[in-house]
Amino acid sequence: MSDIAARGYAHPEVLVDCAWVADHLDRSDVRLVESNEDPLLYPSGHIPGAVEVDWTRDLNDALRRDYLDRDGFQALMRRIGAEADTTLVFYGDKNNWWATYAFWVFRLFGHADCRILDGGRLKWVKEGRALVREVPSYPPSAYLAASRDDATERAFREQVLAHLEAGQRLVDVRSPEEYRGERLHMPDYPNEGALRGGHIPGAANVPWARAVDPSDGSFLPAAALRGIYEDEQGLRPDEPVVTYCRIGERSSHTWFVLRYLLGYERVRNYDGSWTEWGNLVGVPIER
Amino acid sequence: MREPSARPEALNALIGTLDFAEDRNQRIQMLIDIAERYQPPPSTLASRPYPESHKVPACESEAFVWSQARPDGRLDFYIAVENPQGISAKAMAVTLVECLSGAPLPAVLAVTPEIVAELFGPELSIGKSMGLEAMVGMVRQMARHQLESSAE
Repeated sequence: MSDIAARGYAHPEVLVDCAWVADHLDRSDVRLVESNEDPLLYPSGHIPGAVEVDWTRDLNDALRRDYLDRDGFQALMRRIGAEADTTLVFYGDKNNWWATYAFWVFRLFGHADCRILDGGRLKWVKEGRALVREVPSYPPSAYLAASRDDATERAFREQVLAHLEAGQRLVDVRSPEEYRGERLHMPDYPNEGALRGGHIPGAANVPWARAVDPSDGSFLPAAALRGIYEDEQGLRPDEPVVTYCRIGERSSHTWFVLRYLLGYERVRNYDGSWTEWGNLVGVPIER
Repeated sequence: MREPSARPEALNALIGTLDFAEDRNQRIQMLIDIAERYQPPPSTLASRPYPESHKVPACESEAFVWSQARPDGRLDFYIAVENPQGISAKAMAVTLVECLSGAPLPAVLAVTPEIVAELFGPELSIGKSMGLEAMVGMVRQMARHQLESSAE
């Protein structure tokens, strides 16, 4: 049994380790996708054969606050040479923070086989594995994208308000300072780009990075994750949960943990998050 | 508003060089080359664990800033970036250390946080931008303190 299989996850098949990636570098049906916060990181070195998906240029609509549409996603998949049955393995910096964000967006379009490299860039580098600067080029595919499904894994503000009024659970994955609504130490810079600091009433505060081992970026075993989300916060796998942060990136990491590692079937990511909720007229907050 | 002529000449020259980049990829490569010149502060100045009082707030790459006054009152800056994957933070640190050290203090104060967008373009995340802008802010704070101290 592999280390990942032994950790007790609900869906261990969505995680691969560095050895698995190393063994599949030459497979045409596997595409490595690096997604980082730092735009200099991929060009400075990446896993051989990996393509870059940049969250601002590739995943966001340039003119409205939304993700790319079906045509945009189809063009992206064709550009990286992915077919309908391609295994996509996401990895990146910051303990896979941005990789899980890309994973979440790709899941909105229903691509079947999406996985995460456990530990991301950090673990790959710590294991002394090779990085290269050569940017690969793949023949364009004939990928046919499905329409984006915004109902299953994504939450909008009206749904969050209804969720809140129904007394259902939210997880604020920002830092405790952000959760408490304290100002950042930035002159003339409102906290989180929002008019008000605080959190959505009733939200539990579980900073997203608690789900990983900081020494190598790998996910904690399921028992430890249950200790955080269920023993400490009282979440239950059968109840609906909404995760949020500032713009939905950190909370995609917690969405991934709850959805795939702990098997929560009804967890959605609120990508409007605090930059929307903190500016909304007529909605309550707590400090 | 930014006043390019008031900033240290070395900084204007560096930005001018970056502006010669023919495309985004070339500019990114130039920034990576800058980051590769990163050197941690000398151990005679600071040793790990670095004190929180020198830590750049809001910088997720765990950056720390120090300054040392020269006999003429100008400052040498030293910046540590503890995150080995913090390539942008290292590029920012090298830019500030190389271009602002030894510059007249008013010229250092003419460098505003907008320099981050000038260097890196508009595609940085808000979080990343804020961290790098905070690094600039800490350097400015040290220059302002030195200027006020020398005026007393």
